[in-house]
This record gives sequence, C-alpha cells and structure tokens, in this order.
Amino acid sequence: MRKFVIRRLIHLIPLLIGVSLISFFVMHLAPGDPTQLFTDPNVKPEELARIRANWGLDKPIIMQYLFWLKNAVRGDFGIAYMINRPVTEVIFGRLPATLLLMISSMLLTLLITIPLGVLSAIKKNTWFDNFITVFSFIGMSIPSFWLALMLMLMFSVNLGWFPAVGMYNPLLKNPDFVQRFFDVAWHMVLPLLTMTLVSLAGLTRYQRAAMLEILNQDFIRTARAKGLSERVVLFKHALRNALIPIITILGLSLPDLFGGAFIIETIFAWPGMGRLGVMAIFSRNYPLIMGIVVLSAVLIVLGNLLADIGYALVDPRIRYAKK
Amino acid sequence: MKRFKRNKLAMIGSTIVGALVIFAIFAPLLAPYDPSRIVDSDTLPPSIWHPFGTDDLGRDVFSRALYGARISLTVGLVAVTIAITIGTFFGLFAGYFGGLLDSAVMRFVDVMLAFPSIFLILTIQVMLTPNIYNVMIVIGLTSWMGVARLVRGEVLTIKERQYVEAARAIGADDYRIIFKHILPNSSAPIIVAATLGMAGAILTESALSFLGLGVQPPTPSWGNMLMDAQAYLIDAPWMAIIPGLLILVTVLSLYFVGEGLRQALSPKEEIK
Repeated sequence: MRKFVIRRLIHLIPLLIGVSLISFFVMHLAPGDPTQLFTDPNVKPEELARIRANWGLDKPIIMQYLFWLKNAVRGDFGIAYMINRPVTEVIFGRLPATLLLMISSMLLTLLITIPLGVLSAIKKNTWFDNFITVFSFIGMSIPSFWLALMLMLMFSVNLGWFPAVGMYNPLLKNPDFVQRFFDVAWHMVLPLLTMTLVSLAGLTRYQRAAMLEILNQDFIRTARAKGLSERVVLFKHALRNALIPIITILGLSLPDLFGGAFIIETIFAWPGMGRLGVMAIFSRNYPLIMGIVVLSAVLIVLGNLLADIGYALVDPRIRYAKK
Repeated sequence: MKRFKRNKLAMIGSTIVGALVIFAIFAPLLAPYDPSRIVDSDTLPPSIWHPFGTDDLGRDVFSRALYGARISLTVGLVAVTIAITIGTFFGLFAGYFGGLLDSAVMRFVDVMLAFPSIFLILTIQVMLTPNIYNVMIVIGLTSWMGVARLVRGEVLTIKERQYVEAARAIGADDYRIIFKHILPNSSAPIIVAATLGMAGAILTESALSFLGLGVQPPTPSWGNMLMDAQAYLIDAPWMAIIPGLLILVTVLSLYFVGEGLRQALSPKEEIK
C-alpha cells in the first residue's frame, strides 16, 4: 500500500510539470502582454517598460518559465499583478469559500445520490426508475449557469427567500459565530443547490448501474438461494459492493466540480477561487492564473489518488491483487 | 437499428434533433424577422407577433433563437468532429503500437485531464480573439481525451483477435490493419462518444458565450442570448427562459440518442 502511494506521488511530478508548462505557454500564446490592458494615456512608454521589466516580461518565455518553475518548486508562486500580494496568500484567502461550497455539495450529493441510485436499481423499470432516469438525463443536460439563473429568478427575484449574490450580509454589524454561520448558510443555499443538482444527475446514473451490475452477480443469487431475506441480500451483500465504484467516480468528477465552480461562483458572486480565477484570466494576471491552475491540478490529482486509496481500502480484492 | 427503434426515448430524441436541424437549416425561411434588426419596442412579452417576445434592444427572440440553433449546432458538430478525429488518431496509434508511444500519449492525456477544462478554454479564449472559429477549435482541442482512452481500450482488445492475426499473416501492413480492420470494428463506441460529445460541446459553447468569450454579438447563439438576458431577469424573464430551454432540450435529445445507440450497438445490454 505504501509503495503504491509513493509511486503515485512520484507520478505527480511530471504531471504537474506538464500542466504548468501547457498553461504557461497557452497564456503567452497571444501577442502582447498584460501591460497592454493599461489604457491610461498618462502612463509613459518608459514607465510601461519599467513595469514590464519588473514583472520579468522582457525576458524570453523559456527563461520566464524556468524562473517561475524554480520559485514554484520552493512554494513561491510570485506576486500577483495589481493586487501586489503573494499569489499563495491571495489564493489561500479565497480557498476556504470554494472548499466550503464544494465539500458541502459533495456531501449533499452523496447523501441523495446513493439512496436514489440504489432504489432506482432495485425497482428497475418501474415508474420510479423511469422517473429517476429521465430526471438524471435532464440534470446532465441542463446548463449549470442557466439553472443558476432560473433558481435566482425563482427563489430570489420572485419569492425573495434567499439572497441572489455574495456570501455575507454586509449590513450585519459585529456578528457572533452563530449569526455568521446562519448568514453564510443562507447565502450558500442557491449556489449549493445549483452545484448539487448538476452533479447529482450523473452520479445517480452510475450508482444505479453499479447496483444493477452487483445484483446480477453470482453471490447475490447464492445469498438468495441460501434463503436470506431480501433485505439482508440487498443491504448487506449488494449495497456494500455497489458503493465502491462511486468513490472512483467521485474522484473523476473533481475536474467538472472545479469547472462548475468557476461559472457558478462567478454568477453568484461567491468570493471563492473560481471567481478569482475568472477575474485573473480576464485581466491576464499571469502569476495568479498559474497559481490557480497548478493548485486546481494538485487538488484534482490528489482527489483521484485519495479515491484510489479509498477504493483499495474498502475493496480487499484490489488490496490483495496489488501485493 | 431495430433495437434502436424500440427505444422510445431514443426515438423521441432523434425526432427532436432532426426537427432542430431542419429548423436550423431553413432558419432564413422560417424566421419572421431579421435576427439582428430592431423590429419592435424592447422587452415585449411573448405574443402572437413575437412568439418568444422581444429582447432588450427590441429584436425578435424567436428569430434569434432560430439563427442561434444554426450557430450552436454547427459549433457542436465541428468541435466534436475535431475532438473525435484527434482522439481516434491518438487512441489507434497508442493502442496499436503500444510501448513508448503508448505511454507518451497516455501521460499527455493524464496531463490534459488534470486541468479543469473550462479553465483552459477560458484562458485560450481570452488570449486569442474570441470568435466562432476559435470556439470550435478550442472546444475540439480540449475534449478529445476521453475518446483517445476509449479507442485505445478498444484497440487493445481488437488487435488480439484472430482476424487481425489473419490479416497480418497474409502480409497486410500496419497501416492497412489499423484503418481497414481495427478502425471499422471499433466504430460503434466512437459513434456513441460522438453523439454524447456533441451534447457536451453545445453545453460548453453556451457557457463560453454566456461569459462573453464565445460567439460574439451580433451573431446570435443560445449562449450569448443568455448573457444578454442576465441583466433583464426581472423585466424580461422570457429572454433567459427560452434559450436555456432550447439548450436543455437539444442536449437532452442528443443524450437520449447517444444512450439509445449505446444500447442498440452493445451486445451485452439485454432488451426489455
């Protein structure tokens, strides 16, 4: 097990170098540089040249990349343009909001998707199953940003139940912990609902398929033949095995979750990393973009690794095969 | 084919997709107004004269939606063609030749999959000038990885089959074996992936255009119609509801078709 984890961690290194290399060169694909976004006519050309030199933009791209890589290895991702604070500091300031949203959405999704998928499989081809199937397909087809707009229209504009944007109520003076907690929870309802509904659909399909596959296995027939009650067969034999694949799928869906966060955070003005990323891209804030891409990639790959480890932990077949 | 026909959802899906394609092709004949001209007062609710209402500038939403169908479907089709071509090519060669080429290609796939793809797409679109051609290319270039993995997997099993061995025995070269024997036999999952991929590409295009980085106004696409709608959510909700519903219905239909094809083409699924 330890060997497996170490080997996977070593695999991470070329992967991350690849990710940073591609994003670095993609960023520099376009002619010009971020200083062109300064439209103030009072800025003199020599002033711009000084800024460019200051940001290291006057050197060849290869040198810029190597310089970035050298510092990044030591955990220094440079200073974000305009904001003038270290990239790591800026990102870590925004990360909690994103993680709060993502982890809550993941937990909520699991809580709903497992019973739905399992029930759908048990009641295969009934009206309930058909309903869930159509519902999941709709969930997979709905553009997340449109769902966000519609939820906003319904619950915020028309009904006025939840705030449409932001994370805190700015009018709240010196809130204590409980007040703050409910304030954030209140603001989180709509973004959380959007994210959960979108990821729910696909996962429910997988959970249903996994349960169906297990129900067709020999050991289920054996369990039934032994005369075990249907409840024991379903919950002790089938369910435990059908939960395993969901771990992997959850790991694999991480990039989508991050991608979704970009758009959903932007729409709901949620002060997280996704919104920061979109802002960084629009203003061509190179160091910030690099920091966010690399951090997202690290989180995605670590998520996959955790999923694989989790898989090995719950499924003895894999554990023994690896030995 | 028979199995596909028996699948009700797939039949509904293909009917809708067919209808949309016809609407898109004949948009100039069917649209009552010029999609980019101001034809009436702004933000009129749906009525007999404007079945989907008018938008913030007073353009006819129905006509814009018809022309939007053209753009969205074309972008989806071209993007998925690019993705399928690259993915199939990489998958075929990686799977067939194996060894160093295989690991190089698959590591590259891993790297591409570690990005949140929307991020890569956004970055490229900001750096390049966002226009309809770049949208197609960028979506195509960032969505081929799944196909590559899929095709590689197919090739790995097919190349051990006896007919491949027989072809080799009579002296067929690698090129012939790959394109005459392996590719046709792995086409079923590729077709399914293409259908589902088109659904994904349409979703991505709409998200990009929604952020202002996709199809540029005044050319209407469902995504940029939604971008315009955002500011008028209260005054003209139909501006947001209609393009979104169109995207939803299109993507849903494509999923139904894809799923129907998967069931019809795979021998494993039993039919009920």
